[in-house]
Formats: sequence, C-alpha cells, structure tokens
Amino acid sequence: MRKIYSRINEITGNVVTVNADNIKYGELAEITSAHGKSLAEVIRLDGEKVSLQVFSGGRGVSTGDEVKFLSRPMQVSFSDNLLGRIFNGRGEPRDNGTHLTENMIEIGGPSVNPSKRIIPRNMIRTGIPMIDLFNTLVESQKLPIFSVSGEPYNELLARIAMQAEVDIIILGGCGLKYDDYLFFRETLEESGSLSRSIFFVHTAADPIVECLMVPDISLAVAEKFALKGKRVLVLITDMTNFSDAMKEIAITMEQVPSNRGYPGDLYSQLASRYEKAVDFEGAGSITILAVTTMPGDDVTHPVPDNTGYITEGQFYLRNGRIEPFGSLSRLKQLVNDKTRDDHRALMDGMIKLYANYKETLEKKAMGFRMSDWDDKLLKYGVLFEDELMALSVNIPLEEALDKGWEILAKCFTREETGMRTDLLNKFWPKSEG
Amino acid sequence: MTNIGSVIGVNGNMVSVQFEGDVSLNEVAYVVVGDKKLKSEVIRIKGSRAEMQVFEITKGIGIGDKVEFTNDLLSVELGPGLLSQIYDGLQNPLPQLAEQCGFFLDRGVYLQPLNRDKKWKFTPHVKPGDSVARGDTLGTTPEGIFTHRIMVPFNMYDNYKVKSIVSEGEYTVDHQIAEVEDDKGNVYPLTMTFNWPVKKAIDIFIERLKPVEPLVTQSRIIDTLFPVNLGGTFCIPGPFGAGKTVLQQLTSRYAEIDIVIIAACGERAGEVVETLKEFPELLDPKTGKSLMERTIIICNTSSMPVAAREASVYTAVTLAEYYRQMGLNALLLADSTSRWAQAMREMSGRLEEIPGEEAFPAYLESVIASFYERAGIVKLRDGSIGSVTIGGTVSPAGGNFEEPVTQATLKVVGAFHGLSRERSDARRYPAIHPLESWSKYKGLIDVRKTDYLRKVLFRSDEIGQMMKVVGEEGTSLEDYIDYLKGEFFDSVYLQQNAFDPVDVAASAERQLYILDKLLIIILTHYDLTDKETSRSFFNQMRQKFLDWNGSKFQSDEFKKIEAELQEMIDANRRESKEEIKEKFDKLFSDN
Repeated sequence: MRKIYSRINEITGNVVTVNADNIKYGELAEITSAHGKSLAEVIRLDGEKVSLQVFSGGRGVSTGDEVKFLSRPMQVSFSDNLLGRIFNGRGEPRDNGTHLTENMIEIGGPSVNPSKRIIPRNMIRTGIPMIDLFNTLVESQKLPIFSVSGEPYNELLARIAMQAEVDIIILGGCGLKYDDYLFFRETLEESGSLSRSIFFVHTAADPIVECLMVPDISLAVAEKFALKGKRVLVLITDMTNFSDAMKEIAITMEQVPSNRGYPGDLYSQLASRYEKAVDFEGAGSITILAVTTMPGDDVTHPVPDNTGYITEGQFYLRNGRIEPFGSLSRLKQLVNDKTRDDHRALMDGMIKLYANYKETLEKKAMGFRMSDWDDKLLKYGVLFEDELMALSVNIPLEEALDKGWEILAKCFTREETGMRTDLLNKFWPKSEG
Repeated sequence: MTNIGSVIGVNGNMVSVQFEGDVSLNEVAYVVVGDKKLKSEVIRIKGSRAEMQVFEITKGIGIGDKVEFTNDLLSVELGPGLLSQIYDGLQNPLPQLAEQCGFFLDRGVYLQPLNRDKKWKFTPHVKPGDSVARGDTLGTTPEGIFTHRIMVPFNMYDNYKVKSIVSEGEYTVDHQIAEVEDDKGNVYPLTMTFNWPVKKAIDIFIERLKPVEPLVTQSRIIDTLFPVNLGGTFCIPGPFGAGKTVLQQLTSRYAEIDIVIIAACGERAGEVVETLKEFPELLDPKTGKSLMERTIIICNTSSMPVAAREASVYTAVTLAEYYRQMGLNALLLADSTSRWAQAMREMSGRLEEIPGEEAFPAYLESVIASFYERAGIVKLRDGSIGSVTIGGTVSPAGGNFEEPVTQATLKVVGAFHGLSRERSDARRYPAIHPLESWSKYKGLIDVRKTDYLRKVLFRSDEIGQMMKVVGEEGTSLEDYIDYLKGEFFDSVYLQQNAFDPVDVAASAERQLYILDKLLIIILTHYDLTDKETSRSFFNQMRQKFLDWNGSKFQSDEFKKIEAELQEMIDANRRESKEEIKEKFDKLFSDN
C-alpha cells in the first residue's frame, strides 16, 4: 500500500516535514509539485513528524504538494546494461538512453567484515610513471588526490580512466562543472573507454541533495561488479563538494557544527565511503581514487585532514605534476618488490637525488656559487621533471624504469647515484659507460 | 518479565522510545525490525521517553516498532577462550560471523563470544565448605601458555560457602562446575563464564600500587627517554602519516608483557587486516608460540557503526582487567581514541546537548580521564600482582595538539609520545619528538644518563637552529661537533629501523649495554681539526654503529663491530682511555 499525504508543514532549505505514520527511516517518497516530481528521502522521524530531504531541492515546493511514500529505500538498477551509460545522482539517465528498472539494488549497504579482508597484493598499472614507479596504486587501495582548484585533476582522472588496467571504471562526479562533465564524456568516448565505464554525474547546476547520493550509488554498483569478479576502479571528483553538500544539509537540520561548519560525523561519513574499497577473496576488487580539492591549499582544512586519516596515502597535485614529496602510497611496499629488482632502489634513489636538486635550486636562488655537483643536479632535476614527472608522459612501468636509468646515466657517474653495485651492473645503460 | 517499549523517533543512529515500567541507564535493548533485532543502549531517560544509541544501521526502523528491554547493562562475557579471538566492539567474533554471513557484516546477527563446544581441563582449587567471595579462584584451566583462573563471578557481592565442586576433568564453558551458597541459604550454580558490564571498572583488589616496574617495549626512544611502566598510561598523538599505527603495531609485537589487547577503534580496516593475517604466523620469541596466543583483537573499524565504536574501548579495557585479575600483566593499545571521542561527539549532537569546544561534549575530559584511570597495577586478594597498561593514539585534527582530545588526554596520562610531521617527513622513525615528549615514569636507564643525553640533544638542536641563520661558516668548530654528536645520538639510537629483523626490537639488556658505549662516544673529545673531517668522522661512526644495531646481541659479529668502533674512537680521541673512564664515572657512577 502506498501512502499519500497532501499537507507539508515545514519547508526549510531542501528539507520538508510532513505528518505521516507508519514510515520507515531511510524510506523514499515522491513529491509532486507544480514544477514536476522529485524524490525525497526520510532523514528524521519524530513521532508523527517526518523530515524528508528533497532531491531536487526545496525551491518551489508548496505546502499543498502531494507526498507519496514509496515504502522502499533508495535503489539503483544493476546489470551489465549500465556499462557505457551516463546517469545523474538519482540514477536516472543523463544520456537519453533507456530508463533501467531491472534488478534494483539498495545503496549504502553494510560494511565488509574485516576478517574477510585480505592483504592487498596486485598493482594497478596506469601508465603514469609518477604513480606506477614512485607511488604505485594497489588494488583495493583508497587514495585521494589532494589538489588546489585550478590544477588539472580532472585531466589526470581522465588519463587514469583511459589507461588503468582494470575491468570497469565508475566515475562519480560531485558538483562537477558542466564543461568538465563534457570533457570526461568526450575524452572517454574518443579513447574508446566509455564502453567499460559508468558515469554517475552530479553537475554544479543540479540540486545539492543529489550530490550526496553520487558516492553511495557509484560504490553500490561497484560492489556488485566486484562480487561478480570484476576489478573496479571508482574515480570520484570532488569529495570536497560532497562534504560541502553534507555541511549544507547538516546546518539546515540544525545540527551542531564541529569544525568550520562541518558536521561532527564528517570523519565517519567519509570513512564509510572510502572503506568500501576492498579486495574480495575469490572475486573482484574495488579501488578508489578521489579528488579532494584543498580550499586555500590548506591540508589541515577539515576535509583533506579527515581524508588523510582515512585513506592509504595521498597524491599531491601541484604545478601540474604529482609531487614526489608528500605524495605517498602506503601500500606500494606490498607490490613493488614483485615488479622488477631495481624498482624500489630506483624509486628511493631518484627521489633522494631530486631532493638534493631542490636544495641546490634554493642555493642557486640565494646566489650561491654552483659546484660541479650542483650543475649535475640541476641537469638531472630538469630531465626528471620533463621526462618522468610531466603528466603527459605515458609509458609502462618497465619503460619508465629504463628511462630512469637513462636519466641517471646522462647526469651522473655510476658511483654518484648511490645505487647498489649489483643493480648498477645489471641496469646501468651500457652505451654511456 | 521483560519491559517493552515502542519507537517514537529516529535520528541517525539514535532512536527515541516510549516505555512503561522501569528502565536503567546503559541498559541494553533490542529494536525489532522485521525479523531482525538491533542491539541498542539506553543513553538518556526523560519521563517515559528513553533515547537509545543503536549499534547498527538504523535504516528501515519505523515509528511504533517494538523495543525489548533486557534489564542488563552492556556487558562482555568473560571466561576461558578469549585469547586469540577477533571481536567487533560488542564482542561478536568476526571470523565466525563471516562463516555465517559471508563478506558483509549483516545487521542484527549476534553470536556467542566464547566457543561453546571446546572442553577445558579444569582443576579445582577449593573444596566443599570453603568460603569464597567475588573474584576468588575456584579452579584453573590452562589457556595457551597461561593459567586461566576460573573465579567467583565479579557480580556476586556476598560471602559464599562452596557447596559442591566438580572434580578435575574436561568441561565446556557452560558446564556447571560449582555451587555456592550464601548465608541465607540461596544456592547459586556457577559455570566457567559470567558477564560483567563494560562501563564499570573491575574493582576487586586490596590496593592499587604505584607503577614502578618498567614495561619494556623494545623501542629504544621509548624505553630510554620516555619510558612506560606496568600499570601506567601513555598516549601517542600525531598527524596522519606520522606512523602512529606502525608504532602501536610494533609495540603489540615486541612489548614484554603477558597479554596484549588491540582495540582498533574507528581506524582503517586494512591496518587491522595486517595484524589479523600476520600475528598468527609471528612467533613470540619468549614463548615460541604464535603471537596470537597472547592477543585479543577488538576491531571496530571506521566504517562499522559508530555507537559500537564507543563501546569497543570499554569492551577492550574490561577484557584487560579480567586478565589482570589472574595476576597477569595486560597491555591495552587503543587506536585511536580520537575516533572514540568523535563517536561521543556524534551522539552528543544527536541528543542536542550544549556543545563544548569543537562541539565535543562537555563531559569529554571526565570520560577520557576515567577511561585511562582504569589502568593500574594492583595487589590482588591472593597477594599476586596484576596490571593493566593503557596506551592510546590520538589523531588531532590538522596535527594540532591544542585540540580538546589531545589536551584532555595529556592531563591524565603518565607519558606523552608526541609524533611530529617534520621527523616523519625526514624519515626519522619512530617519529617521536625527542624534545617535546615526556614521561613521568622512571625507566630502566639511570636518570643521570638520560638527563645528560637530553642536554646533548637540546644543545644540538639549539646549534642546529642557529646554523640555519648564520650558516655553517658562522658556527665554531666546538659547537659544530656538539651539533654532530646530537645528530649522531638521534640517528643511531633514537631512530630504529622497523624493517631490520634485529634492529626492530632492542632488549633491555642491549639498550643498557649500547647506551654506555654511546655515552663514551659522546663524552670523548676528539682530535678533529675542521668541520669537514668532523662530519666525515661522525658519518663513519654512524655507519658503523648502524651496522652494530643490525647485528645480533653478543654475537661474534656484534663483538667484531664493537671492537672496530672502539678502534675508530681510539684513533681519533684526544684524551687517554683513563681520562674518559674517569669522566664517565664522575658523571654516572655511584661511588
């Protein structure tokens, strides 16, 4: 039996209140107003009073509008038909395709039993040396991309979406600029990767409540694919918009804010999404890469700060490059000993030399005299930045390793690199001595 | 008769209930949703309306849903078989749950914490007619490497006479092992298990003692500079990525203690998994048994329900106290107490309490204080000594120690191991800041030595700061050598390589031994003519000392490197051996 009510008592922001009985927490309702229909979700029950957050926003909702309860929580269709499709935050098509209603699944399900988790063991190749070589992405890892607005983080995500060696890409857009949405669509279409991708996109112009749905809906679908044995990579941009949407709703609901207006449960809310990253024993996996823009380049802002405590490392995007300092993949140790003998040593050695280069740059800026060693470092730094760090570089790990040796050989003698002798014998380019 | 109520409101994980009859604070109740019963705890009562925190996802709860009150406070089950278990915050065994439910944590499924089928070899220690009281030993059973005392349940407050007791033999935990009778003639049957409410400290002992005996963690910076004693408390605050969890993991492995209880409270599941998978394979060097045999893991990771996170630290500390009652030393490692405090904040917000600083509840400090106060070393009624040591990590927002949880914790703990971002960025692990951290305990090392070393560090840091301004050129050679000595101490002693199989754990014996060598190196005046040679001298010394750290204590290699170190000192010292010895004795010797 569906229950219909035609009296809304309160409308504040995106939240409306009706008097109704026999309603379940988390249930969906449909509100029909002069401007069309919208879904709404029950977010608080207090005796007869039922508070609903309206997906399309509270604007234009009238006290006389009809509220129809659907006796079911938020669901999304799940099947292979999702592949290549683009949806909005409610799970409705954005690409003029057919409406999918088969095999509905609930979103925001329970968390994985920790005793069923396994230690991650497979790397995900992306073709980006700064990731593959220096901060390897590992299956079932959750990593944010910390970035200032204006950095090419969406370009980076699109590159990863095209190149990453996984079965399925799910792109969740939270508060995406429309241009960026088009950029993602076109880039993936051109590269032919759209057929293995699913988009759930909330653009900045869409109602804010839908933004809250995007991570849950993306991850619910990812989870089902993973259970069917697929390796799924979930890309989300941008989690700061998601957090801001949460803040907006929390303040509307008169919750006590904790830090810079964000609700006290920000950590738990973010964690319950990020922790969906998992490697199922005997089935597939979910890996999460999520852009977190840092307001004012401040890593202690509540969103990046809480994120840092949840995720397994982070990528810093700065000046159009993935910064080697500060960026960290906590799980890389689990896989980079199985790639090639020189992987770890080269990773550490090149970064150490790059740190020396940075020091030399400082010295140079202060007007100190440059020694021979300094000149070598300066040459090295430039080569490193252009041939490995630039985001345009697209080579597999093995080539990147070879490239690394080549750069070292161009700038230094064997001893100056500080590498172990057995590695030097094996990998030092023959032609340069 | 059980009390019944009905749901009148739902807000996040808080449910309001209308009830009749009597309900007590912290009583457990179940919300009936369809065929599932969701465990909850009463956290506020006003008239006939009770507010409850639900330990599960609240989706699908409706107005009018039935609530069953249980009359019991939130409790844990105590008895043999707790060790090597993996529980969630409510003492649900997770591996068994996985067998039943698969990959996901289905809500409303509660399993019994202890194995019901396993038989324990019980040896009675009392005979009919003996008088006993709560906490007294009725008999024992071996649990792994420990002797597990089967005690009179802690919640039986009278004096009793043993009416009957089973003879030596193998019994399950539910088997009746004894009957006791109070003075009024009531007879109580006893099994090997009983329940105890988690939020109440177990208080059966003659007296609390002062923590004086050092707890050896085998981490040099802790044991030498910032020691922790058995029955003491310590906290590890630090920004993300500074290595809090790694430090806790190392402590859980190498600490010389009987029982380790790990409370993974609101942190990453991945980190717990490492412990879960690696511990069973790691051997405890002392006993030769798997580390898991001395460990209990309470695992309520960040995506598991928040209310159960709040309960998990109490569950953990209660289990620690239980083993303390057997005359054992238990160490509780809680990672992280900030997540626990945040769980309280979430609940407080839902209760619409007036918020304190950063929206934490006003009672935050007293709750944290009473939690850490559950640590302690006690003299039990049979004269044996048991202890609970508590170490908690704190995850301050933005790495800023001024925030309420860190400050509230600092007020009550005995040692502060502050991790610093600069040290972790410089890969100086463990990243405990040697100048900012402190400990109120007296550790294994002579205080005169640690004071001396602290001065060396302080001086070195001072010169380092100065050098940033005036450059190396503007620093005198003497100062420069002092600076190098401080850096040397830091890199060969305070830093420890967690990936090196030997260096990862330094025994107390080894620390005492190499510290004296180190003091000699630092005390000595050298014939060093300029900064370049000084730097290279200390670099060589450092390399040699690090090799020494990587060699097994008192092995041939150890002795060889030691001799080489001595040669290097001898080749460069300005003073005679006797002069150095005299200096050393004057500073540190008792005569």
